[in-house]
Amino acid sequence: MPPPRTRGTALRHRLAELRGPDVPAKALDARALAALAANPGCARRAILDGAGVNKAALASALGSPSAFGQSQFALTRGNAFEAKVKADGGAELLRLVHEKLDRSAEPPVEARVPDLTATGPRGRTARTELELREATAHPGAWTLLDHPMLALDVAGSPAFLEPDAVVVHPDGSWTVVEIKSFPLLDGSADPAKVGAAARQAAVYVLALEELAARLGAEPEGGTARLGAEPEGDAAPLGAEPEGGTARLGAEPEGGAARLGVEPEGGAARLGAEPEGGTAPLGEEGDARADGTGVPVPRVRHRVLLVCPRDFSNLPAASAVDIRKQRAVTARQLARLTRIEDVADALPEGTCFSPELPAEALAAAVESVPATYAPECLSACELAFHCRTRSRQEGAVTSLGRPVRAELGGLTTVEDVLAAARGEAGDPDDPAVAALRRAAALRAEALEAACR
Amino acid sequence: MSLISTLARLEAVSTGRAQPAATVRHRHLGDRPLVFVPLTTAGEAGAPLGALVGTDRDAPRLLAVPQPRDRDLRFAFLAELADVVLPYVDSYADAVEAAERTETDPETGKRVKVEVDLCADAPQLIVPSRAGIDLVRLLGRSMRFRRTAEQDPEAPYPAPPRVPLLGRWLTHFGERARVPGSSLLLAMTDVLGRHWVTGQSTLEDQHLGALLAWIDPPQGVTGAEAALRAELERDAQGQLTCPPAGPATDPAFDNKLLAPAIERYDRARTALSAAEDGLEADDRLGALSAAEREIRDLVLSRTRPTWDAVWRGLDLLRELPEGARVEERWTRDRWSFTGHRDRVLAGEPPQPRRDDAVTAANKLATREREQARLEAQEALDDPLVMAGRRLSGEAFAGEVTDVVMAYSEGKRPSPRPLVTVRTDDRPYLGERTKVYRSLGGKPQSAEFVADEEDGALVVLRILDKMGRGKEPEPGSVPEKGDRICFTLFEHEQRGGAKLPDPEETPWTHGGPPGEAALEAADPVTEEDVL
Repeated sequence: MPPPRTRGTALRHRLAELRGPDVPAKALDARALAALAANPGCARRAILDGAGVNKAALASALGSPSAFGQSQFALTRGNAFEAKVKADGGAELLRLVHEKLDRSAEPPVEARVPDLTATGPRGRTARTELELREATAHPGAWTLLDHPMLALDVAGSPAFLEPDAVVVHPDGSWTVVEIKSFPLLDGSADPAKVGAAARQAAVYVLALEELAARLGAEPEGGTARLGAEPEGDAAPLGAEPEGGTARLGAEPEGGAARLGVEPEGGAARLGAEPEGGTAPLGEEGDARADGTGVPVPRVRHRVLLVCPRDFSNLPAASAVDIRKQRAVTARQLARLTRIEDVADALPEGTCFSPELPAEALAAAVESVPATYAPECLSACELAFHCRTRSRQEGAVTSLGRPVRAELGGLTTVEDVLAAARGEAGDPDDPAVAALRRAAALRAEALEAACR
Repeated sequence: MSLISTLARLEAVSTGRAQPAATVRHRHLGDRPLVFVPLTTAGEAGAPLGALVGTDRDAPRLLAVPQPRDRDLRFAFLAELADVVLPYVDSYADAVEAAERTETDPETGKRVKVEVDLCADAPQLIVPSRAGIDLVRLLGRSMRFRRTAEQDPEAPYPAPPRVPLLGRWLTHFGERARVPGSSLLLAMTDVLGRHWVTGQSTLEDQHLGALLAWIDPPQGVTGAEAALRAELERDAQGQLTCPPAGPATDPAFDNKLLAPAIERYDRARTALSAAEDGLEADDRLGALSAAEREIRDLVLSRTRPTWDAVWRGLDLLRELPEGARVEERWTRDRWSFTGHRDRVLAGEPPQPRRDDAVTAANKLATREREQARLEAQEALDDPLVMAGRRLSGEAFAGEVTDVVMAYSEGKRPSPRPLVTVRTDDRPYLGERTKVYRSLGGKPQSAEFVADEEDGALVVLRILDKMGRGKEPEPGSVPEKGDRICFTLFEHEQRGGAKLPDPEETPWTHGGPPGEAALEAADPVTEEDVL
């Protein structure tokens, strides 16, 4: 087994160099992680996000500032609504969880709402872990974790995530709660916004599952070490099935198995890595161990989305199935690990510090290929810069992915127009033949209209 | 998107100007459309901040809500909006013409012709963008269940008198906008995007300023440069020089200009209510109206550029000649307007929150049928659209090279001439595929017989529209040398199978809707936003 820790340290070091000296890493939040799913093929975005580069600052330094911003009205309203939902020790919130997700359980009368304050994200993560373990170990009661903090290992550096709330059910399972301020009008909401919320929640679910696997493995002594390794820098997701395998190996035979656990765990891990995202899906069904072992807490794949009802400020909730988003995000995160390869391909001394002069930065950014498409405009701070470049190159993708798809091997505007005019291109190529036909028909129609 | 429009897009990139996507105008534009440029407050479910509205491009009516969280001010806004929109709508309700409609006689069950009124023209609402259409629908939904003091003296926050009626009309406009080809409520970006293709993606075309910059760039500037400026240029204060068409505002505007102004307004209001004597109150009232004026100016500064842009778009569209079949589709809009006018007059309750099964199925069937109709009619009206259909093998054009008279077999032989057409197109013709051409506005059908010379010659048998006699009527059969165009799609759409009456709804679809219950108003709370 290669020593992951050293490899990881080297990568971390390399990423810090890319970020520039004394530039703090910009923590990846769930929204940014989820946005990766929009354009996973973009090496530029992957390396900049992986290295924790502040892309907004970078875009400004490049002279194409991003146009993202949040209105303070939206912010105030969002906070006020969340406070209302969580008022009274989360009584209303828990009632909604009970009603929408877990009607067979005892109705929540008295719920534990542990205090999660601690210093620093690491402290808060530890605190959250402690409380989750506590709540899961004593089933039969409802627990509401208000703004817990979760760590998810993304390509070698931990990303700290803060869900709006996590609820522990009496049966010990966990539910992610997302509170949003767009309205649920007559029972339906804007699908684009619900989709974004689901992608965000999926990231939280992944982080929780990693934690659950770790907790489940822990009391087994020997396996605890295996479970603790998920910082194992290479594959954050590889860690998940690993938790699963260790558990399976450990449980049925009790003590005898423990001896066999370590090597087996190691082997399973190698095998599990490439599958990354798909393996954990099967996990849900057998989340509870049969027999003597300690149960791995189940993370529910239906999250609760809480929105204002109609035009009021009253909360309404809906269960959202996020299995698909979870699978997609898991796969993208697994792919993210390839930033190591991207980093290796960069020229020595590349640095994205916003303090560098614009030309040097432009050259650095240029050294990583991007796959710009108009969809980037709503998801990436660097989009305007990439768009300018894409347009300068005459790339047809800057007009939209469907445009590109129609044109076969022709990728630049000039190539296409030359082929359409009959100046270039192989007439036997079906794409070229269709283009010429289209150009002729268009010219004929326009001429007819002029007459 | 067809390859032809993709090609046009690329040409737009290389020429720096938008290229035509249509040679005629495919949407109706009335003589006196009502333009509505609304703004909303971020974070609230469409809480209005202000609007410009009116039929006169030089004299828009400015509406503003100085504190969007205040219910009374929001109601005042809606009441004012009703004062503009309802008289405009009413002005079309009275001029009627006689028309015929087939209805099922309730006693005999037969289809009979009934003489009814049809409004001679209908109102037309224009908003800047697609998000504006959504807001119209949302405003309609928020208002139509409201109760006025007259309807329900117990209502905790009674709405001003005409607001529920405005809600019903806006709901009707919003619903009608979902029917393909309708023109009662139009989004300017959609209509412009239908008639021109720009050198940017359709996503970027949603920005009205950028879209217009491509279609009609200022002197000496390419469309690309002008569009970039419209998208991103900011003034010394960091504000966009071409504000977004709304209804959402730019966050920089919210944070830097609007929020402080609203805060000043709130302070002035608090000060006024704390005034101790008349003299002080007078002063403070002055301060309050100054603060209100400031917000009105801010709203005007964000909506006026969009208002002007919408009218410029209308000018550009009016330069195109109207398509031949646009009038027919507008007549359907007039029917829809007349129908809703009658429902309102008859005192029917507002549109329900959810449609029952039969209504929903009818709506879907209508939209599908209208979509097919729109596609066929646009192609017949516009050679450029037809070119796209020809490219995709759904139509073909060419010259008649030969006509051979032939007759059907049977007791009374009818003419069935065989026409040979030389074409460069490659239509998807199978054995006896039916094809249609437009003959004096009516479709004449033919069937495919054979092709020769590897598809360059198509032999067709003409089937109808030749009169009753043995010899075809003059002009009804193409002659040698004619250039004609046949389509593989039908020109007129038939309705689908009839749906059962609502009382006959099968249990699979929820069963009969039962007694129509009056929908309750939305419960109002202290913190409503709309």
